[in-house]
Amino acid sequence: MLKGRRRNAIVKALFYGAVSAFAALLLVIFSGAAVGRFDPRPGNPVPQPVPFSHKLHAGELGLDCRYCHAAVEQAAYAGIPPTETCMTCHTQIKTDSPLLEPVRQSWATGEPIRWNRVVQVPDFVYFNHSIHVQKGVGCATCHGPVQEMDVVYMDPQPVRMDPNAQPFQMLFCLNCHRAPERFIRPKEEVFNMSYRPPENQLELGTRLVEAYGIRKEGLTSCSVCHR
Amino acid sequence: MELPFKPRPASSAPDTQEVLIEGEHTYTSLADKLAAIVENKPPPQWYPVVWIGFLGSLLLLTAAVVTLWKGVGIWGLNQPVAWGFAIMHFVWWIGIGHAGTLISAILVLARQDWRDSLNRITETMTLFAVLAAGLFPILHLGRPENFYWIIPYPNNLGLWPQFKSPLTWDVLAVMTYLTVSTLFLYLGLIPDLALLRERARNPVLRFVYGALSLGWTGSAVHWHRYRAAYVLLAGLATPLVISVHSVVSLDFAYSLIPGWHLTLFPPFFASGAIYSGFAMALTLVIPLRAWYKLEDVITPTHLEWMARILLAAGLGVTYVYVFEFFTGWYSGEPYELGLIKNRVSGPYAPYFWAEMTANVAVLQLLWFPRIRKSVWALFVISIIANVGMWLDRFDIVVMSLNRDFLPSSWQLYFPTFWDWALYIGTLGFYLFGLALFVRFFPPIAIAELLHLLHKKKRHH
Repeated sequence: MLKGRRRNAIVKALFYGAVSAFAALLLVIFSGAAVGRFDPRPGNPVPQPVPFSHKLHAGELGLDCRYCHAAVEQAAYAGIPPTETCMTCHTQIKTDSPLLEPVRQSWATGEPIRWNRVVQVPDFVYFNHSIHVQKGVGCATCHGPVQEMDVVYMDPQPVRMDPNAQPFQMLFCLNCHRAPERFIRPKEEVFNMSYRPPENQLELGTRLVEAYGIRKEGLTSCSVCHR
Repeated sequence: MELPFKPRPASSAPDTQEVLIEGEHTYTSLADKLAAIVENKPPPQWYPVVWIGFLGSLLLLTAAVVTLWKGVGIWGLNQPVAWGFAIMHFVWWIGIGHAGTLISAILVLARQDWRDSLNRITETMTLFAVLAAGLFPILHLGRPENFYWIIPYPNNLGLWPQFKSPLTWDVLAVMTYLTVSTLFLYLGLIPDLALLRERARNPVLRFVYGALSLGWTGSAVHWHRYRAAYVLLAGLATPLVISVHSVVSLDFAYSLIPGWHLTLFPPFFASGAIYSGFAMALTLVIPLRAWYKLEDVITPTHLEWMARILLAAGLGVTYVYVFEFFTGWYSGEPYELGLIKNRVSGPYAPYFWAEMTANVAVLQLLWFPRIRKSVWALFVISIIANVGMWLDRFDIVVMSLNRDFLPSSWQLYFPTFWDWALYIGTLGFYLFGLALFVRFFPPIAIAELLHLLHKKKRHH
């Protein structure tokens, strides 16, 4: 058996070690696991059956977002374009590319392409795209620089608004619903992917909130989203 | 100079203490006797108790797993009676825990020497009763996996608990209560653990007791700080014990249900807690005393004092019963009058009358010194009081819910097998925990009793 000072040191180390290990465990559970800090999805591209490149189509070719996601201004769901949209060009362009084989297959058989969803909020959240687009929330505000993404991923911090807010989690939404003037842009800039907020964003945002009739006081009640 | 009051005769203090330790004891003989409980083999009755407790704990585990697996729908809850056995037993167990804190904290502040040989076992009762109680609020959740949402922590939902709800306060109250009563129990154990460390022959036990006793040497500095900490904790635990059960009572009193919305509830629940806690303490201390031959240190005086507190707390409960009926009648509210009618002649009337018999009628026997001095009578009365308080919880939880404002939502409550299994299971868990504790830790606070013996000798 160890004696005296040496044993005291060991006992102390064990005691403080156990206490700090327990505190660390609690910290990990409550600040990490329980709030999705260890969610591997943000920042990681989601593999798709066809490696569709937004970088090429939206960035380099300069297609408007609404060319493919046509319903975004009118419907709750922005929608994924059907094979027909792809084939408006790809009956003529890159007709023998092996990467496009699933698209041609789908065109031939009528079977839709099984795209993998990148952003999926739970079904107890009712999200409406059109209202956000109509009130001046730009695509990049939530989805990040999609025009630079080869394969789409969830931007880990799309608007740099709150380092603690995980993308598409509740705090992320609430931060904007509590102070929309920090993020609102003029409606005509919504689909401009290279729009940068001006120096006087707060002043402009406050004016736009007024002009677009955004009622801030009701925006954080449960029934707005959890219907 | 003439004193304005008559000084007490010097002999009175030793006289009352004399009956707290019977027989001719020296420090050594007393310490030997009390440490022997842990050091020697347990009495034969210990084994069946542990086995019954173990099987009960298995039943609890089964019932808990089945509940978690299938959901609370396997209980007998229905729409008007959405709180049934689980909440009843939560309140019942929390109440039982309160005697321990009363004996160890309130009686310390009141400098009552007779609590010295009772505090350890009742503190243990508190710990296991709170552990048993703590199971119910979690199992009772429809989605128990999300229980931590009621803890206030910064999260990615931007959500916090609703601090206006007494159920949120319950979490804070019960968790604080569990922490403080564990600390109190452990603090009291430290000198005894050091004694067991010194006496242990087995090196493993010596190491375990040595680690648990945190290097206690019994120096004057140790004792000075120990006493200060003990009294401070007692001072903290006293308002805590009153507020914990008051918070539990607010789960009901905060609502608008006739029979629940009653401003008397906080003190009523506190006195009910002391009543049921002392009843359980008597139920457990009497066999413990007989099996471990502890008649020297748990004397008839102790039992009589416990019976007196049982009577006092029970009269508090009786007072509230009377006033519940009086205010119900005095309010003139049809719903309050309906509640009275539902109790005395509704479908659960037999339970109500059994409750009145146990908590009001049988209790009055304790006025008689002959009954208070009879161990058997006390044992039987304490069990009846436990049952009475169980019926009281049934009365509060179920009988107020099954018939309230709208006759279209009147419904009877029938507990299912799993309701009973959970209850009996917690009883088993309680016995199991207590039996194991008594096996490894002294159920009588040795240091406190040596101190008591010292006081007694000094007065002679």
